[in-house]
Amino acid sequence: MQPPSPSTHRKVRTADLEQRLLIDAIYHRYHYDFRGYAQASLRRRLNAALIRFDCRTLSQLQDRVLHEPMVFPALLEYLTVQVSDMFRDPGYYQSLRTEVVPLLRTYPSLKVWVAGCSAGEEVYSLAILLHEEGLLERTLIYGTDINPHALRAAESGIFDMARVAAFTENHARSGARSSLSDYYTARYGRVVFDKSLREHMVFSDHSLATDSVFAEMHLVSCRNVLIYFERDLQNRALGLFREALCHRGFLGLGSRESLRFSDQSEAFEDFVVEDRIYRKKAGL
Amino acid sequence: MADTGIAPPPPSHPLSPLPAHLQAGPAQGRSGGPAHAAVPAYDAIVIGGSSGAIDALGAILPALPATLHACVLVVMHLPRDRRSLLADIFRQRCALPVQEATDGVRLTRPLICFAPPDYHLLVDAGPRVALSIDPPLHYSRPSIDVLFESAADLYGERVVAVLLSGANDDGARGLAAVHAAGGLTVVQAPASAPMPAMPLAGLARVTAHHVLAPYAVGALLADLHRKGQL
Repeated sequence: MQPPSPSTHRKVRTADLEQRLLIDAIYHRYHYDFRGYAQASLRRRLNAALIRFDCRTLSQLQDRVLHEPMVFPALLEYLTVQVSDMFRDPGYYQSLRTEVVPLLRTYPSLKVWVAGCSAGEEVYSLAILLHEEGLLERTLIYGTDINPHALRAAESGIFDMARVAAFTENHARSGARSSLSDYYTARYGRVVFDKSLREHMVFSDHSLATDSVFAEMHLVSCRNVLIYFERDLQNRALGLFREALCHRGFLGLGSRESLRFSDQSEAFEDFVVEDRIYRKKAGL
Repeated sequence: MADTGIAPPPPSHPLSPLPAHLQAGPAQGRSGGPAHAAVPAYDAIVIGGSSGAIDALGAILPALPATLHACVLVVMHLPRDRRSLLADIFRQRCALPVQEATDGVRLTRPLICFAPPDYHLLVDAGPRVALSIDPPLHYSRPSIDVLFESAADLYGERVVAVLLSGANDDGARGLAAVHAAGGLTVVQAPASAPMPAMPLAGLARVTAHHVLAPYAVGALLADLHRKGQL
Protein backbone atom coordinates (compact mmCIF):
# COMPACT_ATOMS: atom_id res chain seq x y z
CA MET A 1 0.00 0.00 0.00
CA GLN A 2 1.31 3.42 -0.93
CA PRO A 3 1.20 6.01 1.84
CA PRO A 4 -0.71 9.12 0.78
CA SER A 5 1.52 11.68 -0.82
CA PRO A 6 2.50 13.87 2.13
CA SER A 7 2.50 17.20 0.32
CA THR A 8 -1.01 16.79 -1.11
CA HIS A 9 -2.26 15.37 2.13
CA ARG A 10 -0.93 18.18 4.27
CA LYS A 11 -2.20 20.83 1.87
CA VAL A 12 -5.77 19.49 2.08
CA ARG A 13 -5.63 19.41 5.85
CA THR A 14 -4.36 22.97 6.03
CA ALA A 15 -7.15 24.21 3.80
CA ASP A 16 -9.71 22.41 5.98
CA LEU A 17 -8.25 23.97 9.08
CA GLU A 18 -8.14 27.45 7.59
CA GLN A 19 -11.74 27.13 6.46
CA ARG A 20 -12.88 26.12 9.94
CA LEU A 21 -10.93 28.95 11.59
CA LEU A 22 -12.35 31.53 9.18
CA ILE A 23 -15.92 30.32 9.72
CA ASP A 24 -15.37 30.42 13.50
CA ALA A 25 -13.93 33.92 13.28
CA ILE A 26 -16.95 35.10 11.28
CA TYR A 27 -19.29 33.58 13.84
CA HIS A 28 -17.58 35.14 16.84
CA ARG A 29 -17.09 38.56 15.30
CA TYR A 30 -20.20 38.98 13.14
CA HIS A 31 -22.64 36.37 14.53
CA TYR A 32 -23.27 34.82 11.13
CA ASP A 33 -23.19 31.08 11.67
CA PHE A 34 -21.86 29.07 8.72
CA ARG A 35 -20.50 26.32 10.93
CA GLY A 36 -23.22 23.86 9.87
CA TYR A 37 -22.91 24.58 6.15
CA ALA A 38 -21.96 21.84 3.68
CA GLN A 39 -18.21 21.98 3.24
CA ALA A 40 -17.88 21.40 -0.49
CA SER A 41 -20.10 24.27 -1.63
CA LEU A 42 -18.71 26.57 1.04
CA ARG A 43 -15.20 25.81 -0.18
CA ARG A 44 -16.11 26.69 -3.77
CA ARG A 45 -17.54 29.99 -2.66
CA LEU A 46 -14.57 30.77 -0.47
CA ASN A 47 -12.20 29.94 -3.30
CA ALA A 48 -14.07 32.41 -5.50
CA ALA A 49 -13.81 34.97 -2.69
CA LEU A 50 -10.03 34.48 -2.50
CA ILE A 51 -9.73 35.75 -6.05
CA ARG A 52 -12.13 38.64 -5.46
CA PHE A 53 -10.32 39.79 -2.31
CA ASP A 54 -6.90 39.15 -3.76
CA CYS A 55 -5.88 36.70 -1.05
CA ARG A 56 -3.64 33.68 -1.47
CA THR A 57 -4.97 31.73 1.50
CA LEU A 58 -8.05 31.65 3.72
CA SER A 59 -5.79 32.74 6.58
CA GLN A 60 -5.07 35.95 4.69
CA LEU A 61 -8.77 36.38 4.05
CA GLN A 62 -9.44 35.86 7.76
CA ASP A 63 -6.96 38.61 8.56
CA ARG A 64 -8.81 41.00 6.26
CA VAL A 65 -12.23 39.91 7.58
CA LEU A 66 -11.17 40.69 11.15
CA HIS A 67 -9.28 43.91 10.53
CA GLU A 68 -11.01 45.62 7.58
CA PRO A 69 -14.63 46.56 8.31
CA MET A 70 -15.64 46.70 4.63
CA VAL A 71 -14.55 43.15 3.83
CA PHE A 72 -17.12 41.07 5.68
CA PRO A 73 -20.26 42.64 4.14
CA ALA A 74 -18.77 41.99 0.70
CA LEU A 75 -17.75 38.44 1.66
CA LEU A 76 -21.29 37.78 2.92
CA GLU A 77 -22.52 38.28 -0.64
CA TYR A 78 -20.19 35.51 -1.79
CA LEU A 79 -21.28 33.18 0.97
CA THR A 80 -25.03 33.64 0.71
CA VAL A 81 -26.04 35.00 -2.65
CA GLN A 82 -28.44 32.73 -4.43
CA VAL A 83 -30.06 33.32 -7.75
CA SER A 84 -33.28 31.48 -8.37
CA ASP A 85 -35.90 31.92 -11.05
CA MET A 86 -39.52 32.81 -10.51
CA PHE A 87 -41.63 29.65 -10.78
CA ARG A 88 -38.45 27.52 -10.89
CA ASP A 89 -39.74 23.94 -11.37
CA PRO A 90 -43.21 24.83 -12.72
CA GLY A 91 -44.46 21.39 -11.67
CA TYR A 92 -44.01 22.33 -8.00
CA TYR A 93 -46.25 25.36 -8.44
CA GLN A 94 -48.74 23.37 -10.43
CA SER A 95 -49.00 20.84 -7.60
CA LEU A 96 -49.41 23.61 -5.04
CA ARG A 97 -52.23 24.95 -7.20
CA THR A 98 -54.08 21.70 -7.76
CA GLU A 99 -53.34 19.77 -4.55
CA VAL A 100 -52.54 22.24 -1.75
CA VAL A 101 -54.62 25.33 -2.62
CA PRO A 102 -57.98 23.50 -2.28
CA LEU A 103 -57.07 22.71 1.34
CA LEU A 104 -55.68 26.19 2.02
CA ARG A 105 -59.03 27.58 0.88
CA THR A 106 -60.64 26.15 4.00
CA TYR A 107 -58.76 28.58 6.28
CA PRO A 108 -60.08 32.10 6.94
CA SER A 109 -56.56 33.52 6.97
CA LEU A 110 -53.26 32.14 5.72
CA LYS A 111 -49.61 32.45 6.62
CA VAL A 112 -46.85 31.26 4.30
CA TRP A 113 -43.12 31.20 5.09
CA VAL A 114 -40.49 31.23 2.37
CA ALA A 115 -37.34 30.35 4.31
CA GLY A 116 -34.15 31.48 2.57
CA CYS A 117 -35.98 33.76 0.15
CA SER A 118 -32.91 35.46 -1.44
CA ALA A 119 -34.07 38.25 -3.72
CA GLY A 120 -37.70 37.20 -3.41
CA GLU A 121 -38.30 35.26 -6.63
CA GLU A 122 -40.24 32.54 -4.83
CA VAL A 123 -42.16 34.98 -2.64
CA TYR A 124 -43.43 36.86 -5.71
CA SER A 125 -44.21 33.57 -7.45
CA LEU A 126 -46.34 32.39 -4.54
CA ALA A 127 -48.07 35.78 -4.23
CA ILE A 128 -49.02 35.67 -7.91
CA LEU A 129 -50.20 32.07 -7.65
CA LEU A 130 -52.32 32.85 -4.58
CA HIS A 131 -53.72 35.95 -6.28
CA GLU A 132 -54.72 33.87 -9.30
CA GLU A 133 -56.41 31.41 -6.95
CA GLY A 134 -58.23 34.21 -5.12
CA LEU A 135 -56.41 33.63 -1.83
CA LEU A 136 -53.91 36.47 -1.66
CA GLU A 137 -56.31 38.86 0.07
CA ARG A 138 -56.32 36.69 3.16
CA THR A 139 -52.63 35.73 3.03
CA LEU A 140 -49.44 37.04 4.57
CA ILE A 141 -46.19 35.68 3.08
CA TYR A 142 -43.05 35.90 5.20
CA GLY A 143 -39.80 35.95 3.27
CA THR A 144 -36.73 35.44 5.43
CA ASP A 145 -33.03 35.37 4.68
CA ILE A 146 -29.73 36.16 6.38
CA ASN A 147 -28.48 38.37 3.55
CA PRO A 148 -29.61 42.00 4.16
CA HIS A 149 -28.79 43.01 0.60
CA ALA A 150 -30.99 40.24 -0.81
CA LEU A 151 -33.83 41.22 1.53
CA ARG A 152 -33.68 44.83 0.32
CA ALA A 153 -33.75 43.63 -3.27
CA ALA A 154 -36.75 41.43 -2.47
CA GLU A 155 -38.56 44.36 -0.84
CA SER A 156 -38.06 46.47 -3.95
CA GLY A 157 -39.70 43.86 -6.19
CA ILE A 158 -37.42 44.88 -9.04
CA PHE A 159 -35.93 42.29 -11.39
CA ASP A 160 -33.73 42.50 -14.46
CA MET A 161 -35.79 42.49 -17.66
CA ALA A 162 -33.41 39.92 -19.17
CA ARG A 163 -34.65 37.33 -16.68
CA VAL A 164 -38.34 37.90 -17.30
CA ALA A 165 -38.62 35.74 -20.44
CA ALA A 166 -37.66 32.67 -18.39
CA PHE A 167 -39.97 33.74 -15.56
CA THR A 168 -42.84 34.10 -18.03
CA GLU A 169 -42.28 30.68 -19.56
CA ASN A 170 -42.09 29.03 -16.13
CA HIS A 171 -45.21 30.86 -15.00
CA ALA A 172 -47.15 29.70 -18.05
CA ARG A 173 -46.11 26.10 -17.37
CA SER A 174 -47.26 26.32 -13.74
CA GLY A 175 -50.93 26.25 -14.76
CA ALA A 176 -51.18 30.05 -14.81
CA ARG A 177 -54.59 31.69 -14.93
CA SER A 178 -53.20 35.04 -16.05
CA SER A 179 -50.28 36.60 -17.82
CA LEU A 180 -47.20 37.41 -15.77
CA SER A 181 -47.10 40.84 -17.41
CA ASP A 182 -50.36 41.68 -15.58
CA TYR A 183 -48.27 41.90 -12.44
CA TYR A 184 -45.37 44.14 -13.41
CA THR A 185 -44.44 47.38 -15.09
CA ALA A 186 -41.38 47.42 -17.32
CA ARG A 187 -39.06 50.39 -17.42
CA TYR A 188 -35.40 51.04 -18.18
CA GLY A 189 -34.50 47.38 -18.66
CA ARG A 190 -36.10 46.33 -15.41
CA VAL A 191 -39.51 45.23 -14.22
CA VAL A 192 -41.20 46.36 -11.03
CA PHE A 193 -43.81 44.08 -9.51
CA ASP A 194 -47.11 45.54 -8.40
CA LYS A 195 -47.36 47.17 -4.97
CA SER A 196 -50.61 45.27 -4.32
CA LEU A 197 -48.55 42.05 -4.17
CA ARG A 198 -46.02 43.68 -1.89
CA GLU A 199 -48.75 44.52 0.66
CA HIS A 200 -49.07 40.83 1.46
CA MET A 201 -45.38 40.24 2.08
CA VAL A 202 -43.16 40.71 5.10
CA PHE A 203 -39.40 40.45 4.59
CA SER A 204 -37.26 39.85 7.59
CA ASP A 205 -33.78 38.87 8.70
CA HIS A 206 -33.91 35.33 10.08
CA SER A 207 -31.28 32.60 10.39
CA LEU A 208 -32.24 28.94 10.21
CA ALA A 209 -28.99 28.27 12.08
CA THR A 210 -29.54 30.50 15.11
CA ASP A 211 -33.09 31.92 15.25
CA SER A 212 -36.34 30.32 16.36
CA VAL A 213 -39.93 30.12 15.12
CA PHE A 214 -41.79 33.44 14.88
CA ALA A 215 -45.36 32.61 13.75
CA GLU A 216 -47.69 29.73 12.98
CA MET A 217 -47.68 28.82 9.29
CA HIS A 218 -49.99 26.94 6.93
CA LEU A 219 -47.32 26.44 4.30
CA VAL A 220 -43.53 26.53 4.54
CA SER A 221 -41.61 26.59 1.28
CA CYS A 222 -37.86 26.12 1.56
CA ARG A 223 -36.40 25.16 -1.77
CA ASN A 224 -32.73 24.51 -2.52
CA VAL A 225 -31.62 25.96 0.80
CA LEU A 226 -31.11 22.73 2.74
CA ILE A 227 -28.71 21.48 0.04
CA TYR A 228 -26.21 23.99 1.43
CA PHE A 229 -26.52 22.62 4.98
CA GLU A 230 -24.90 19.65 6.68
CA ARG A 231 -27.13 17.06 8.30
CA ASP A 232 -27.33 18.65 11.77
CA LEU A 233 -28.31 22.03 10.44
CA GLN A 234 -30.81 20.43 8.06
CA ASN A 235 -32.38 18.74 11.06
CA ARG A 236 -32.50 22.02 12.96
CA ALA A 237 -34.18 23.83 10.06
CA LEU A 238 -36.70 21.02 9.51
CA GLY A 239 -37.42 21.05 13.25
CA LEU A 240 -38.25 24.75 12.99
CA PHE A 241 -40.58 24.09 10.07
CA ARG A 242 -42.33 21.34 11.98
CA GLU A 243 -42.72 23.62 14.98
CA ALA A 244 -43.94 26.53 12.85
CA LEU A 245 -46.51 24.53 10.89
CA CYS A 246 -50.09 24.40 12.05
CA HIS A 247 -51.94 21.10 12.47
CA ARG A 248 -51.60 19.28 9.11
CA GLY A 249 -49.63 22.14 7.56
CA PHE A 250 -47.64 21.79 4.32
CA LEU A 251 -43.92 21.78 3.62
CA GLY A 252 -42.38 22.18 0.16
CA LEU A 253 -38.73 21.36 -0.56
CA GLY A 254 -36.51 21.56 -3.65
CA SER A 255 -36.95 18.93 -6.35
CA ARG A 256 -33.76 17.05 -5.41
CA GLU A 257 -34.07 17.42 -1.65
CA SER A 258 -35.49 14.72 0.55
CA LEU A 259 -36.70 14.23 4.10
CA ARG A 260 -35.55 10.63 3.86
CA PHE A 261 -32.17 11.21 5.53
CA SER A 262 -33.48 13.54 8.21
CA ASP A 263 -34.44 13.17 11.88
CA GLN A 264 -37.75 14.81 10.99
CA SER A 265 -38.84 12.25 8.39
CA GLU A 266 -41.29 10.72 10.88
CA ALA A 267 -43.00 14.06 11.48
CA PHE A 268 -44.15 14.42 7.88
CA GLU A 269 -45.96 12.32 5.33
CA ASP A 270 -45.65 12.48 1.56
CA PHE A 271 -48.30 14.66 -0.02
CA VAL A 272 -47.11 15.10 -3.60
CA VAL A 273 -44.07 12.82 -3.80
CA GLU A 274 -42.70 13.90 -7.17
CA ASP A 275 -42.75 17.59 -6.26
CA ARG A 276 -41.41 17.13 -2.72
CA ILE A 277 -44.52 18.46 -1.01
CA TYR A 278 -44.98 17.03 2.48
CA ARG A 279 -47.69 17.35 5.10
CA LYS A 280 -47.23 17.44 8.84
CA LYS A 281 -48.68 14.37 10.50
CA ALA A 282 -51.59 14.70 12.91
CA GLY A 283 -50.86 14.94 16.62
CA LEU A 284 -47.42 16.55 16.24
CA MET B 1 19.41 -25.15 1.54
CA ALA B 2 18.23 -24.82 5.09
CA ASP B 3 20.38 -21.80 5.71
CA THR B 4 20.95 -19.34 2.91
CA GLY B 5 22.44 -16.84 5.26
CA ILE B 6 19.65 -14.39 4.43
CA ALA B 7 17.30 -13.53 7.23
CA PRO B 8 13.61 -13.62 6.34
CA PRO B 9 12.01 -10.18 6.27
CA PRO B 10 10.23 -9.17 9.44
CA PRO B 11 6.50 -9.80 9.25
CA SER B 12 5.64 -6.13 9.04
CA HIS B 13 7.93 -5.51 6.07
CA PRO B 14 5.88 -3.96 3.28
CA LEU B 15 7.27 -6.36 0.73
CA SER B 16 6.57 -9.50 2.73
CA PRO B 17 4.03 -11.78 1.05
CA LEU B 18 0.44 -11.40 2.17
CA PRO B 19 -1.04 -14.18 4.29
CA ALA B 20 -2.58 -16.76 1.99
CA HIS B 21 -6.19 -15.84 2.78
CA LEU B 22 -5.59 -12.26 1.67
CA GLN B 23 -3.79 -13.10 -1.54
CA ALA B 24 -5.39 -12.44 -4.86
CA GLY B 25 -6.31 -15.58 -6.67
CA PRO B 26 -8.70 -17.05 -9.19
CA ALA B 27 -10.70 -18.80 -6.47
CA GLN B 28 -11.88 -15.45 -5.10
CA GLY B 29 -12.47 -13.96 -8.50
CA ARG B 30 -14.72 -16.80 -9.50
CA SER B 31 -17.62 -15.97 -7.17
CA GLY B 32 -17.88 -12.47 -8.54
CA GLY B 33 -15.90 -11.16 -5.60
CA PRO B 34 -12.91 -9.47 -7.20
CA ALA B 35 -9.38 -10.42 -6.31
CA HIS B 36 -8.96 -7.49 -3.96
CA ALA B 37 -5.60 -6.26 -2.86
CA ALA B 38 -5.75 -5.19 0.78
CA VAL B 39 -7.26 -1.78 -0.03
CA PRO B 40 -8.52 -0.66 -3.43
CA ALA B 41 -6.64 2.31 -4.80
CA TYR B 42 -9.69 4.32 -5.83
CA ASP B 43 -12.96 5.19 -4.07
CA ALA B 44 -14.66 7.08 -6.87
CA ILE B 45 -14.85 7.45 -10.63
CA VAL B 46 -16.00 10.86 -11.86
CA ILE B 47 -17.06 11.17 -15.48
CA GLY B 48 -17.87 14.31 -17.44
CA GLY B 49 -19.01 14.95 -20.97
CA SER B 50 -21.20 16.96 -23.26
CA SER B 51 -22.11 16.69 -26.94
CA GLY B 52 -21.34 13.23 -28.25
CA ALA B 53 -20.57 11.77 -24.82
CA ILE B 54 -23.67 9.66 -24.32
CA ASP B 55 -22.49 7.05 -26.82
CA ALA B 56 -19.17 6.96 -24.98
CA LEU B 57 -20.99 6.46 -21.68
CA GLY B 58 -22.77 3.55 -23.33
CA ALA B 59 -19.40 1.89 -23.88
CA ILE B 60 -18.15 2.62 -20.36
CA LEU B 61 -20.90 2.27 -17.75
CA PRO B 62 -22.21 -1.16 -18.83
CA ALA B 63 -18.61 -2.43 -18.60
CA LEU B 64 -18.55 -1.79 -14.85
CA PRO B 65 -19.32 -4.91 -12.79
CA ALA B 66 -21.75 -5.06 -9.87
CA THR B 67 -18.84 -5.88 -7.57
CA LEU B 68 -17.10 -2.56 -8.18
CA HIS B 69 -15.71 -0.98 -5.03
CA ALA B 70 -15.93 2.63 -6.19
CA CYS B 71 -18.89 4.99 -6.65
CA VAL B 72 -19.43 6.47 -10.09
CA LEU B 73 -20.56 10.09 -10.43
CA VAL B 74 -21.52 11.45 -13.84
CA VAL B 75 -22.08 14.98 -15.13
CA MET B 76 -23.51 15.31 -18.63
CA HIS B 77 -24.48 18.69 -20.06
CA LEU B 78 -28.21 18.53 -20.69
CA PRO B 79 -31.07 20.97 -21.21
CA ARG B 80 -31.78 22.61 -17.87
CA ASP B 81 -35.54 22.75 -18.06
CA ARG B 82 -36.30 19.16 -18.99
CA ARG B 83 -36.34 15.91 -17.12
CA SER B 84 -33.30 13.77 -17.85
CA LEU B 85 -33.77 10.22 -19.11
CA LEU B 86 -30.15 9.20 -18.54
CA ALA B 87 -30.76 7.30 -15.30
CA ASP B 88 -33.72 5.45 -16.85
CA ILE B 89 -31.71 4.56 -19.96
CA PHE B 90 -28.65 3.31 -18.12
CA ARG B 91 -30.54 1.48 -15.40
CA GLN B 92 -31.52 -1.10 -18.02
CA ARG B 93 -27.98 -1.55 -19.20
CA CYS B 94 -25.82 -1.47 -16.08
CA ALA B 95 -24.97 -4.03 -13.42
CA LEU B 96 -24.59 -1.31 -10.78
CA PRO B 97 -27.57 0.51 -9.25
CA VAL B 98 -28.24 3.73 -11.18
CA GLN B 99 -29.90 6.88 -9.89
CA GLU B 100 -30.30 10.57 -10.49
CA ALA B 101 -28.71 12.29 -7.52
CA THR B 102 -30.74 13.38 -4.53
CA ASP B 103 -29.03 15.61 -2.00
CA GLY B 104 -27.44 13.66 0.85
CA VAL B 105 -27.22 10.22 -0.79
CA ARG B 106 -24.40 8.34 0.92
CA LEU B 107 -21.57 7.14 -1.26
CA THR B 108 -20.55 4.24 0.92
CA ARG B 109 -21.91 1.62 -1.46
CA PRO B 110 -21.14 1.40 -5.17
CA LEU B 111 -23.64 3.06 -7.46
CA ILE B 112 -23.85 5.18 -10.58
CA CYS B 113 -25.14 8.64 -9.82
CA PHE B 114 -26.12 11.19 -12.50
CA ALA B 115 -26.24 14.93 -11.86
CA PRO B 116 -29.84 16.18 -12.11
CA PRO B 117 -30.56 18.87 -14.70
CA ASP B 118 -30.00 22.41 -13.36
CA TYR B 119 -27.99 21.37 -10.29
CA HIS B 120 -24.27 21.14 -9.73
CA LEU B 121 -23.21 17.75 -8.38
CA LEU B 122 -20.50 17.66 -5.71
CA VAL B 123 -19.10 15.13 -3.28
CA ASP B 124 -18.84 16.15 0.35
CA ALA B 125 -17.60 14.68 3.61
CA GLY B 126 -19.35 11.42 4.51
CA PRO B 127 -18.77 10.76 1.71
CA ARG B 128 -22.10 11.83 0.34
CA VAL B 129 -23.69 13.63 -2.58
CA ALA B 130 -24.11 17.39 -2.28
CA LEU B 131 -26.01 19.52 -4.77
CA SER B 132 -25.90 23.24 -5.40
CA ILE B 133 -27.69 25.85 -7.48
CA ASP B 134 -24.67 28.15 -7.59
CA PRO B 135 -24.43 29.98 -10.92
CA PRO B 136 -23.67 27.95 -14.06
CA LEU B 137 -20.02 27.51 -14.96
CA HIS B 138 -19.07 27.53 -18.66
CA TYR B 139 -22.82 28.16 -19.20
CA SER B 140 -23.44 24.77 -17.65
CA ARG B 141 -25.25 23.57 -14.56
CA PRO B 142 -24.28 20.86 -13.82
CA SER B 143 -20.65 21.69 -14.52
CA ILE B 144 -17.92 19.07 -14.88
CA ASP B 145 -15.33 21.31 -13.21
CA VAL B 146 -17.49 21.57 -10.09
CA LEU B 147 -17.74 17.77 -9.77
CA PHE B 148 -14.08 17.07 -10.60
CA GLU B 149 -12.74 19.78 -8.27
CA SER B 150 -14.86 18.65 -5.35
CA ALA B 151 -13.78 15.04 -5.98
CA ALA B 152 -10.11 16.07 -6.09
CA ASP B 153 -10.64 17.93 -2.83
CA LEU B 154 -12.42 15.09 -1.04
CA TYR B 155 -10.76 11.99 -2.47
CA GLY B 156 -7.27 13.30 -3.29
CA GLU B 157 -5.35 10.57 -5.11
CA ARG B 158 -8.18 8.07 -4.61
CA VAL B 159 -10.26 9.18 -7.61
CA VAL B 160 -10.33 8.38 -11.32
CA ALA B 161 -11.50 11.23 -13.57
CA VAL B 162 -12.75 10.52 -17.10
CA LEU B 163 -13.29 13.41 -19.53
CA LEU B 164 -15.32 12.62 -22.64
CA SER B 165 -16.50 14.24 -25.85
CA GLY B 166 -17.84 17.78 -25.71
CA ALA B 167 -17.89 21.13 -27.43
CA ASN B 168 -16.50 23.42 -24.72
CA ASP B 169 -13.72 23.43 -22.14
CA ASP B 170 -15.71 22.52 -19.03
CA GLY B 171 -13.85 19.79 -17.17
CA ALA B 172 -10.32 20.82 -18.14
CA ARG B 173 -9.67 22.70 -14.91
CA GLY B 174 -11.25 19.91 -12.88
CA LEU B 175 -9.12 17.32 -14.66
CA ALA B 176 -6.05 19.35 -13.74
CA ALA B 177 -7.22 19.44 -10.10
CA VAL B 178 -7.58 15.63 -10.04
CA HIS B 179 -4.18 15.28 -11.66
CA ALA B 180 -2.57 17.64 -9.14
CA ALA B 181 -4.17 15.73 -6.26
CA GLY B 182 -2.58 12.53 -7.54
CA GLY B 183 -5.70 10.91 -9.01
CA LEU B 184 -5.84 8.92 -12.23
CA THR B 185 -6.77 10.95 -15.32
CA VAL B 186 -8.36 9.44 -18.40
CA VAL B 187 -9.35 11.38 -21.51
CA GLN B 188 -11.36 10.18 -24.48
CA ALA B 189 -9.05 10.07 -27.49
CA PRO B 190 -9.96 13.22 -29.47
CA ALA B 191 -10.07 11.25 -32.73
CA SER B 192 -12.79 9.05 -31.24
CA ALA B 193 -14.85 12.00 -29.99
CA PRO B 194 -17.68 13.47 -32.10
CA MET B 195 -16.82 16.80 -30.39
CA PRO B 196 -13.08 16.80 -29.61
CA ALA B 197 -12.90 20.30 -28.04
CA MET B 198 -13.48 19.06 -24.50
CA PRO B 199 -10.87 16.26 -24.56
CA LEU B 200 -8.40 18.59 -26.29
CA ALA B 201 -8.92 21.27 -23.64
CA GLY B 202 -8.27 18.63 -20.97
CA LEU B 203 -5.13 17.42 -22.71
CA ALA B 204 -3.90 21.00 -23.04
CA ARG B 205 -3.99 21.27 -19.24
CA VAL B 206 -2.56 17.90 -18.22
CA THR B 207 -0.66 14.95 -19.59
CA ALA B 208 -3.40 12.43 -18.87
CA HIS B 209 -2.46 8.97 -17.70
CA HIS B 210 -4.61 7.40 -20.39
CA VAL B 211 -5.97 8.70 -23.70
CA LEU B 212 -8.37 6.08 -24.98
CA ALA B 213 -11.36 5.32 -27.16
CA PRO B 214 -14.54 4.80 -25.10
CA TYR B 215 -14.55 0.99 -25.29
CA ALA B 216 -10.94 1.00 -24.06
CA VAL B 217 -11.91 3.25 -21.13
CA GLY B 218 -14.49 0.64 -20.16
CA ALA B 219 -11.86 -2.10 -20.51
CA LEU B 220 -9.35 -0.10 -18.44
CA LEU B 221 -11.81 0.38 -15.59
CA ALA B 222 -12.87 -3.27 -15.68
CA ASP B 223 -9.21 -4.26 -15.61
CA LEU B 224 -8.46 -1.99 -12.64
CA HIS B 225 -11.38 -3.67 -10.90
CA ARG B 226 -9.98 -7.12 -11.66
CA LYS B 227 -6.69 -6.02 -10.13
CA GLY B 228 -8.54 -5.03 -6.99
CA GLN B 229 -7.89 -1.31 -7.43
CA LEU B 230 -11.40 -0.12 -8.13
